[in-house]
Amino acid sequence: MDNHTILYTSHLTKRFKTVTAVEDLNLRISRGDIFGFLGPNGSGKSTTIRMILGLIKPTDGEIRLFDRSLKHNRKNLLSRIGALVEKPSFYNYLSARRNLEIFATLTNPNPDHQDIDRVLDIVSLLDRAGDKIKTYSQGMKQRLGVAQALLGKPELIILDEPTAGLDPKGIKEIRRLIIQLAGQGLTIFLSSHILYEVEQMCRNMAIINKGSLVVQGGVEELLNTEEEIFSVKVDRPDQAADLLKSKAWVESVQVRSGEMTVEIKEEKVPLMTELLVQQGFQIFAIQAKRSLEDYFLSLLGAGHD
Amino acid sequence: MIRLIRLEWIKTFSKWRTYIGFIAIGVVLPLIFIGIKLDKGRFLTSSPGYIMLEQNFHIIGNLLNGFFVSQLAMYFLMVHIPFFIALVAGDQVAGEAAAGTLRMILIRPPSRLKIFSAKAAISLIYTAMLVLCLAVLSLGLGVLLFGTGDLLVRTEGLLILTKEQVLWRFLMAYLLAILAMGVVASLALLLSVLVENAIGPIIGTMAIIIISVIISEAPISLFEGIRPFLFTTYSKVWQKAFLDPLPSNDILFSIIYLFIYMMLFLGVAFTIFNRRDILS
Repeated sequence: MDNHTILYTSHLTKRFKTVTAVEDLNLRISRGDIFGFLGPNGSGKSTTIRMILGLIKPTDGEIRLFDRSLKHNRKNLLSRIGALVEKPSFYNYLSARRNLEIFATLTNPNPDHQDIDRVLDIVSLLDRAGDKIKTYSQGMKQRLGVAQALLGKPELIILDEPTAGLDPKGIKEIRRLIIQLAGQGLTIFLSSHILYEVEQMCRNMAIINKGSLVVQGGVEELLNTEEEIFSVKVDRPDQAADLLKSKAWVESVQVRSGEMTVEIKEEKVPLMTELLVQQGFQIFAIQAKRSLEDYFLSLLGAGHD
Repeated sequence: MIRLIRLEWIKTFSKWRTYIGFIAIGVVLPLIFIGIKLDKGRFLTSSPGYIMLEQNFHIIGNLLNGFFVSQLAMYFLMVHIPFFIALVAGDQVAGEAAAGTLRMILIRPPSRLKIFSAKAAISLIYTAMLVLCLAVLSLGLGVLLFGTGDLLVRTEGLLILTKEQVLWRFLMAYLLAILAMGVVASLALLLSVLVENAIGPIIGTMAIIIISVIISEAPISLFEGIRPFLFTTYSKVWQKAFLDPLPSNDILFSIIYLFIYMMLFLGVAFTIFNRRDILS
């Protein structure tokens, strides 16, 4: 583990009786990174995060934070981390400020009230700080959840599905907030099942499915693979698909709602175009459609079920 | 540790359920006392025991006094106090688990031992406050409405404690009641770490107490072998503070038993809490 690695898991495993929630998970997150932790619902993301935060005890494996073992330095290490685990929960009968005072006091016996104002200001809730949580909307609670994760100026922020359950406006606000935080040099570990979210915000990512790591690397690097997916707008798409399916250089062809998507290497696009024209098809558009979502689905479909 | 207890204090005393016990005592106690006052103590003077007492003894002074009604209130209300304790102590962990705030506090630096100890401390503080509320209100209101005098004790024989003895007897009775109710709070806390809904520990505590009391007190020989192992067998130890001569050995024995039960419940509760995976 080098000096830049802030979070490291080695052979991390969690079994609940007969169910293996996380198996042999090796993650490495560098300082200053915005790391996306992707996986469908029930893939083991939250279990992994709960293990990192000491809520769940691993069955096997090791967690190291800031180059120290979590098992033996829990108190010190958790004081350097801010986290939001799943949906934010607060004492509804207390005000936002009182809630933050409680969480801040748990980290620092003498919490800095300016720090509470600072985090409330970051999430634009300073003017509602005196109101009880029960008067807050889901979006406001989510923002307050991010605020409590920022208390005490942590070096690592772990956000577990921070946009879950929010309306589009709320999602936009939280994403803006995360990008703003990342700009301040914080290391952010973002778990999500929304691929677009990770694609837009993260530099590195890991994909987890059924408790096992599928792939880990840079978002751009993982997307920049040889196989590309192209959307081909053509007349008679079903016949065009049948024609392309017979060619060895075509990885796959699908027709959905009259739109044909073809998975081929980029260098084969002229050959495909030539073939379709020769066979009398009219081509209206060819568009690269490579996205993390396609990549994710292709990975999960390729023997990772 | 003090700051953690302070946080638990803020959380506990910001919930209105915490005040139900105090409100109940504050409403029921004056009602009982006003009822006795308006009744002019007929319930006492018309009872067969009192009539017999009057036939055989010459009674001087006021037996229906503040001490007598306070002791009466203690007999009435100590049966209901466990419910109010379960309401608060049972909510300490289960309530936070159900609300999702348990994970919010356990991802912070304080150890689970400290968090649990603070919750146990606030449960016991609340228990003591509730019993002391009963003590202050019943003695204060009782003396105010009925004055002072010697205390007629409900026992198998005839026992009247002099005015001079009464106060320290009450003090001892209330301290013993705090210990007995502390065991109830510990039991509620144990059930609270086992489940993730707030109502379970309350119902569970009351169910265990009711079943234990039946076994402890029903004159059925089958239960005799079980009785020494039930904390409810010892939880009425406070009543012994009014006996004369004071059964010191019995009281000491009960104190030790109740203390062991309290430590046992808290120890098991902490072990479970410390090992538990937080999935809520």
